[in-house]
Amino acid sequence: MSAQARAQAKRRRVGGRIALYVLVLVFTAQAAIPFAWSLITSFKANPDLYTRDNNPFLYNDPPTLEHVNLLFGQTAFGTFVTNTLVVALCVVAITLLVAVPAAYSLGRLTLRRGGAVAIAIFFVYLIPPSLLFISLSPVVANLGLQDSRWSLVVVYPTITIPVSAWLLTGFFKSIPKDIEEQAMIDGCSRMGAFFRMVLPVAFPGLIAVVVFASTLSASEFIYALAFVSQTSQKTVSVGVPTELVRGDVFFWQALQAATLIVAIPIALVFNVFLKRFIAGFTMGAVKG
Amino acid sequence: MAIVEARNLTKAFDGQNPAVDNLNLVTEEGEYLVLLGPSGSGKTTLLRLIAGLEQPTSGEIFIAGDPMAGLPPRVRSIAMVFQSYALYPHKTVYENIVFPLKAQGVEAAQRPEKVSWAADLLGIGHLLKRKPRQLSGGERQRVALARALVREPAVFLLDEPLSNLDAKLRATARDELKTFQRRIGVTTLYVTHDQVEAMGLGDRIAVMNEGQLRQIGTPREVYSNPADTFVATFVGSPPMNLIRRGDILVGFRPESMLPDSEKAGEGLSLQVDVSRVEYLGSERHMLGTLAGGDLQNKVTGVLPAAMPLDVREGKDQVFFVHAPDLRFFDAETGKRTDPRPVRDIA
Amino acid sequence: MSSSEAAARRPKRYLMEREGVLAPLLLAPSIIYIFALVAIPFFLAIAYSLSDVTIGDPSFDFVGLENFRQVLEDPVFRRSLRNSVVMTFVTMLLVVVISKILALVLTKDFRGKWVVRFLILLPWTTPVSLAAIAWLWMLDSLFSPIDWTLRRFGLIQGSLNWLGNPDLAVVSVVAVQVWRVVPLAAVIIMAGLVAIPSEIYDAARMDGAGFWRTLFQVTIPLTLPVTAVAVLFGAVVVFADMSVPYVLTRGGPIDATQVLPTWAFFRGIQGGDLAQGAAIALFALPVLAAMAVAILRSVRKMDIG
Repeated sequence: MSAQARAQAKRRRVGGRIALYVLVLVFTAQAAIPFAWSLITSFKANPDLYTRDNNPFLYNDPPTLEHVNLLFGQTAFGTFVTNTLVVALCVVAITLLVAVPAAYSLGRLTLRRGGAVAIAIFFVYLIPPSLLFISLSPVVANLGLQDSRWSLVVVYPTITIPVSAWLLTGFFKSIPKDIEEQAMIDGCSRMGAFFRMVLPVAFPGLIAVVVFASTLSASEFIYALAFVSQTSQKTVSVGVPTELVRGDVFFWQALQAATLIVAIPIALVFNVFLKRFIAGFTMGAVKG
Repeated sequence: MAIVEARNLTKAFDGQNPAVDNLNLVTEEGEYLVLLGPSGSGKTTLLRLIAGLEQPTSGEIFIAGDPMAGLPPRVRSIAMVFQSYALYPHKTVYENIVFPLKAQGVEAAQRPEKVSWAADLLGIGHLLKRKPRQLSGGERQRVALARALVREPAVFLLDEPLSNLDAKLRATARDELKTFQRRIGVTTLYVTHDQVEAMGLGDRIAVMNEGQLRQIGTPREVYSNPADTFVATFVGSPPMNLIRRGDILVGFRPESMLPDSEKAGEGLSLQVDVSRVEYLGSERHMLGTLAGGDLQNKVTGVLPAAMPLDVREGKDQVFFVHAPDLRFFDAETGKRTDPRPVRDIA
Repeated sequence: MSSSEAAARRPKRYLMEREGVLAPLLLAPSIIYIFALVAIPFFLAIAYSLSDVTIGDPSFDFVGLENFRQVLEDPVFRRSLRNSVVMTFVTMLLVVVISKILALVLTKDFRGKWVVRFLILLPWTTPVSLAAIAWLWMLDSLFSPIDWTLRRFGLIQGSLNWLGNPDLAVVSVVAVQVWRVVPLAAVIIMAGLVAIPSEIYDAARMDGAGFWRTLFQVTIPLTLPVTAVAVLFGAVVVFADMSVPYVLTRGGPIDATQVLPTWAFFRGIQGGDLAQGAAIALFALPVLAAMAVAILRSVRKMDIG
């Protein structure tokens, strides 16, 4: 290679690195700026915030914890968080109890029309809440659950079960059948082999389901808005946007603080399990 | 130890030809029976039927005289080693081996002793703390065998356990398997498509094709007296030569083709148009067609290195096969028939 | 125990071992659940759309296609339908390009990757309604920091009134949808990128292909099926979403950002006209069904590829 070609190759490499870091910076900025703005806002004093000519990115007056205290002390935010956790926990439990056996049945056992059932389940996942919330509201009312967080516990699995069943079916299919058969030969019943051999190996898939079901419970908006109007029963996704406003007055600092307090733990959970989550999803997609 | 018997056994999967087709088979006590056949011949299905992993469409299986219909694998007192070894990936070697004991409810106090007995027998005592992914192919095979052995089953089922090993390892592993089975003396059914393995390991070989049992016998019987043309051509490498003479097929092993000068008694003279010679060190393979005959009559000869015959490509050469080395098959059915006088076919 | 006794016991004792029994049994809970809470409401929605049921008067009277006729004549509905389709389409167009670049960037090695990934994923992992709240404040008519920055550079006078101006409101809603779907799409495409065997890149390098040639002739074609999956998933999410327009604009100003789900909500739940709400929501069905079929097709392709 000539010296000139070598120099050119090096220039290209350096240019490539610079382009990469510029792109990284741009992407990070566009994703993070609204949250950075939320973070700054959370600690701003009212006069500072509501002066149009103040630089919004700086603390022109000293930062204050006043609004964070307000959020926890004088609003129902704590209740929303509790409700969200209760709903999430129940939804995760129901989802696992119902979807895991279904996925095992579809992914592992020979079932008449199993393929058709799997596709039907996939289609159910694509029927969105925006199509069902109107006719579900009298169903919820008939169950005596209107205006209660338990209505969400009952309704959310209609979204999480199809997704999880679909995802886990792919997972179960990808685990070699030998291991289960070997366990049956070694003395397990079919269900015993499933619990002792298949489930532990499918752990990443279960993680994906837990992450999906719990974040859905925290994020879902339409059902929560349509079925629950009592403050004490609301989850964060609806409680924060509807309750932290008095008339036309937004409690901006408290709202932004609430957003961050909810967003950051969820993002952390996602990042920790991201690889498994993606593995679960792509495997579900490819093998399902 | 137990006798395994299959009676009129048929297994048909949806919309396919039966994988096992009205098969009858009885093992002997403590024997090493090899199920040999090409892929798709139904040998693995037969093994899985015996294990209880598949349910027969019709027919019955008996182990030690008991009918197995409707019984799940765990109560059949069988052990099985899969082609992939199916080691539990999330368990250590020790946990793998102890698992059948736990699952069968063997008392906790007795387990360690049994595990170390099985591990010592296979020489894997030093690997007990490892996970399967940290083991070599040969070590995995031994762990799988130890796990199968630890519960002292009445029947051992092995499904191509050597096919995942490289060629060198396979030879030693085969040797170990044989010694091992001799020592424990449990009735063993061993599935393979590799005839060298089958010949080397089996007390008897059951040759299968298209779901049917073609022949069962000692390696010697199967090799020298094949029941039909399928067995004749499947067992032996290169396969038995078959040439057509009227309504019969005449068969002879490649190594029975001797130079004309070795002729000693009655037999069949063959003039061969040699098309290729492969030099393989200990022997030479000669490929050619019968001169004068049609092109279908291709033959292969094996000449030991010690035989100083000048065979060249493109040259005509006369070979001789002695009458006792000739086998006769019905050209229509492929079944072996009684020997014919040499003059009828010359 | 005699052997005939044993035989008699067998079928019962080992019932749970039989696939023919176990398979339907394990599937049953999901089927029942989905039937009760998806299938029944689904048919109920169809029944509603053919009736005159309201929250005030829940008695069921069959009115045929009257609701659909009324809905179709309603200019707000037509606006919502058009908005839903156009906004989803534009959103996904932008998402394909941006998420593909983002996915490529994220597969490279660079410093601080964990933090970058955490921040980039935030828009997707944050509950939509809360992310929308953050944007509502970003786009505030008086205190928007975007406006402040633009004013500072002398680009505008006063404020743009993002959510009050009909055109800018549409731009805002689309921008927020793109912003939150890009990470999801990028992550899915990334999985596809990682799955390309490195030998293929080596082969392309050996053949003398540079960065752009490799990108257009190897990377993009090979990730096409997975990209299709990402886009279609994203499209379903955006098409069916009501939280972004609801929180940002309530469908306004003057229905400029009204979409099918928000309009169905305002008519059906807030307006109490369940029948018309159901009819509006049902218009989403053919679009979603088409997308579902398309997703399945791409998934099948991925399986082979």
